[in-house]
Amino acid sequence: MTARELWRLPARALAAAVRAGECTAVEAVSAGWEGPAAIWERDVHAIAHSDTEARVVGAGVTPRGPLAGVPVVVKDNLCTRDYPTTCCSRMLAGYQPPYDATVVRLLREAGGVISGKGNMDEFAMGSSTEFSCYGPTRNPYDLVRVPGGSSGGPAAAVAYGLAPLGLGSDTGGSVRQPAAFCGVIGLKPTYGRLSRYGLVAFASSLDQVGIFGRHTGDVALIYALLAGPDPLDATSRPGPPPDVSGWDGGVEGVRFGWPANLWRAGVDAEVVAGLEEAATWLERAGAQRVPFDFLPGEYAVATYYLVATAEASSNLARFDGVRYGHRAAESPDLHALTTRSRSAGFGAEVQRRILLGTYALSAGYHDEYYLTAQRARARIRREYEAAFSRCDLLLMPVAPTLPFRLGEKLDDPLAMYLSDIFTLGANLAGIPGLSAPVTPAVGGLPRAVQLLGPDDGEGLLLRGARALEVQGERARLERAHEVEFAWPTKR
Amino acid sequence: MAIQRDEVRRIAELARLEIREEDLDRVAAELSAVLDYAQALKRLDLTGCEALSFAPPAAALRADVPDGRRLTAEQALAMAPETEGGFFVVPPVMEGQDP
Repeated sequence: MTARELWRLPARALAAAVRAGECTAVEAVSAGWEGPAAIWERDVHAIAHSDTEARVVGAGVTPRGPLAGVPVVVKDNLCTRDYPTTCCSRMLAGYQPPYDATVVRLLREAGGVISGKGNMDEFAMGSSTEFSCYGPTRNPYDLVRVPGGSSGGPAAAVAYGLAPLGLGSDTGGSVRQPAAFCGVIGLKPTYGRLSRYGLVAFASSLDQVGIFGRHTGDVALIYALLAGPDPLDATSRPGPPPDVSGWDGGVEGVRFGWPANLWRAGVDAEVVAGLEEAATWLERAGAQRVPFDFLPGEYAVATYYLVATAEASSNLARFDGVRYGHRAAESPDLHALTTRSRSAGFGAEVQRRILLGTYALSAGYHDEYYLTAQRARARIRREYEAAFSRCDLLLMPVAPTLPFRLGEKLDDPLAMYLSDIFTLGANLAGIPGLSAPVTPAVGGLPRAVQLLGPDDGEGLLLRGARALEVQGERARLERAHEVEFAWPTKR
Repeated sequence: MAIQRDEVRRIAELARLEIREEDLDRVAAELSAVLDYAQALKRLDLTGCEALSFAPPAAALRADVPDGRRLTAEQALAMAPETEGGFFVVPPVMEGQDP
């Protein structure tokens, strides 16, 4: 098979071709680089670190397994022995981890090959991938727009075809929102289902490794390979992970919540139209709509930006210019060394969040801000539990807007934070969430909806995503048929 | 505004970050905007809500269990900006001392 045929294949078909000897693992991994990347990568800039030799070596080591020869773009905050891991920060320029993250190890053991390290907002703090020390990633569907963030690199790379799968991290929507902006599937698993060992910590109680894919079946496959308890992660969820093998089982009889009060104001009409379409599709597939009101997202935003920044200020205290990372020259004492190294190494958004978190945890403000936020978190968790006693899934927007323009929200941190208003709740509650594309908006920009499920609801989320995929494909064919059918009569 | 420039200076010191004098007002305004927004939580009924640091069941953290793996000294020092004889090098800990 030629590179031209290979790069479009779903991961499962690509692995089957490698196992059957129809192409080599090196050919499978190189196809995306030879085809779409040659056209797109210079403009889109999805990849922070790539290495042809590491790809060839990786492809040579494990040519068998369920992911035999399948290239995967891995976000630059997941530790990799053969690539730098910098979190796209000057602070970690050139940092080479001495070990692989657990998810990376499992990926390699299944035959997967790292295609490159995906660009991201520095330390995963951002919603647009504009806060990378290597420069922004652009939306492959419209280069003046953002790909979303913080995992914008892997999302854009999977979208334009560099690899069929990607790994990111989702602390407040950083997989689901870029997936929505780039028109691919993005899954944030239940907290603790994918190991965090080797994921550079941002907010430990919220961070979760997530998956990008172009096909539901591919996402189900890699989830099944990566999910499970890890003794190296103290927050790993015990017991066997949910079985997702029934991802193509349909949604007959599934009740999906329809909290329309959330999009009565402040949500783009195009996004609302996408929700209506998805609801119709799910109903056509046999699911039932259950309308009810849900807690407004502003509480999740307020809670999240206190909890996440507090944890970040603690986690990022390790970067002191001594053991690794950027070190300022000519410091008279240790205090000055630490302060100068951090001030030069961290970008503006990371510094802003460290300051905010330090304030929320500082004497005199701890109870007013941090403790209140932790209590609000319990309330938010309770709201989701109540919702899932009435329905099996929740349908809601991923973001209030379609992909916005580069620079549009850069000077207004709060406006940027509000773009996560619909995704933060899942991280606070620990539940799984998924972003699935629907029909593109007028003008061709990707459009998506979010499905949320109860703890360990990944199987149901994937069934929902598959139902949308099937209905979406059917709608596309119907439209194509209409055009085809109409054409001769016009002549 | 929730935060004034003196407060920014104080938390910057705690966070070991240097904020330039001319940036203090801007940073104070940005942080205040978020903290003012967070006042929304005051409108939320938190009766019966105990502080939650991790979503269950991770809230019940297991004990750390050593698994015998370790980095060699060489590996641990490999990424350090400055080392000497198997140690990390730091400037004097107290101000005004000779290295």
